[in-house]
Amino acid sequence: MTSSLPSELDRRFRDSATEAALLDAAYDVAESPVGPLLVAATERGLCRISFDPDPELELDRLAALAGPRVLRSPSALSRARRQLDEYFGRRRTAFELDVDTKALPAFQQLVLEELARVPYGETATYGGLAARIGRPRAARAVGGALNRNPIPIVLPCHRVVGSTGRLVGYAGGLDRKRTLLALEGAA
Amino acid sequence: MASMTIPPFERFYSDHAGEVFGYLAKVLGRGPAEDAFQETFLRALRGYPALEHGRHLRAWVFTIATRVVLDSRRRPEPALLDGEPATTDERPAYAELEHLVDGLPPTERAAVVLRYGYDLSYEAIGDALGSTEVAARQAASSGVRRLRERSTA
Repeated sequence: MTSSLPSELDRRFRDSATEAALLDAAYDVAESPVGPLLVAATERGLCRISFDPDPELELDRLAALAGPRVLRSPSALSRARRQLDEYFGRRRTAFELDVDTKALPAFQQLVLEELARVPYGETATYGGLAARIGRPRAARAVGGALNRNPIPIVLPCHRVVGSTGRLVGYAGGLDRKRTLLALEGAA
Repeated sequence: MASMTIPPFERFYSDHAGEVFGYLAKVLGRGPAEDAFQETFLRALRGYPALEHGRHLRAWVFTIATRVVLDSRRRPEPALLDGEPATTDERPAYAELEHLVDGLPPTERAAVVLRYGYDLSYEAIGDALGSTEVAARQAASSGVRRLRERSTA
C-alpha cells in the first residue's frame, strides 16, 4: 500500500462487503496449536482450512475455486473461528458449521460425508470407510480423497488410520495428526 | 502474463486502497472521503466479475473513485463538509494541496489531482470523467490556468 488507510475504515469496508453478500469467498487467519490456519468460506459454508500460513498462494486457489472476489473478512469467519477455538480448548467435540464441498468430485464428496460421521475421539480405517460407502475395495481411493480433503480438522481426516491402527499419511504432516488425536484423547 | 489475469480482490484492494483514499481525501476532504471510499470499493466489488482482464486496474479504480466524487457533487453538499475543520490540522500535507485545488469546478479539480497527484494518463482521466482524452487535457489545463491566475492575483 503506497499510502496508509485508517484501520477503522479498512474494517468498515470488509464488514460492508460481507454484509452486502458481494464476496465469492471470505477468509481469515487464525492461530491454533497446530500453527496458523487460513480459514475460508463461501456463502454456502466453510470451503477451506489450510495449514499454509501464507495466504498469497491460497488466495489464487480460492479465486480459482469460488471466483475472483476473495477478501479477508474477520466478521464472515467469526463463527467458524470461535468453534475452532472451542475445539482446541477442549470445549467442543462437534462442529456446527455448514461446509461447501460443491466443487469437489462426487466420489470425494461421498467420502467426506462419511468421514464427517466419525465421532470425536475415535478412529476409523481407510478400509472401514470404503466399506461404509459401499465400495469395500476402494480403500486406496478413499485414502486419496482424504489426502486432498480441503477442510481438515472440521472434516476429521486425522481420525482415519491404517488397518493396523498405525498413523499413516496426513496432508498437514504426521505431527499435526498426532497432536489432533492426542487433543481428542484418541492417541 | 500475471498482469492479464484478474487478481483475487484482496490483492487488488491492498494494492490500491491507501492510494485511492489519499486521492479522495485530497478532492473531498477527509470526512466525506470516508464514505466515498466505501462507495468506491463496493462499486469495484460489484463490477469486478465483469472485468475481462487484470490490466489497467489502477486507472479503473481511479475512474470509479472519480465518478463517486462527481456523483457526490451532484447531490446537495452533505452536512459533514461543514463540520470537518479538524482535518486540516491532522493532515497538513493534504490541507495544503486541498487549499490549492479547492474551489476549482469538480471536473477540473479531479483532472488536476489525477494528472499531477497520481500521474494518470489523459486517456485514463477521460474515462474517469466519462468524457474524452481531449476533454481531460482541457479540464486539467484550464484548472492549472485558474490556479496560476489565483496565485498571481
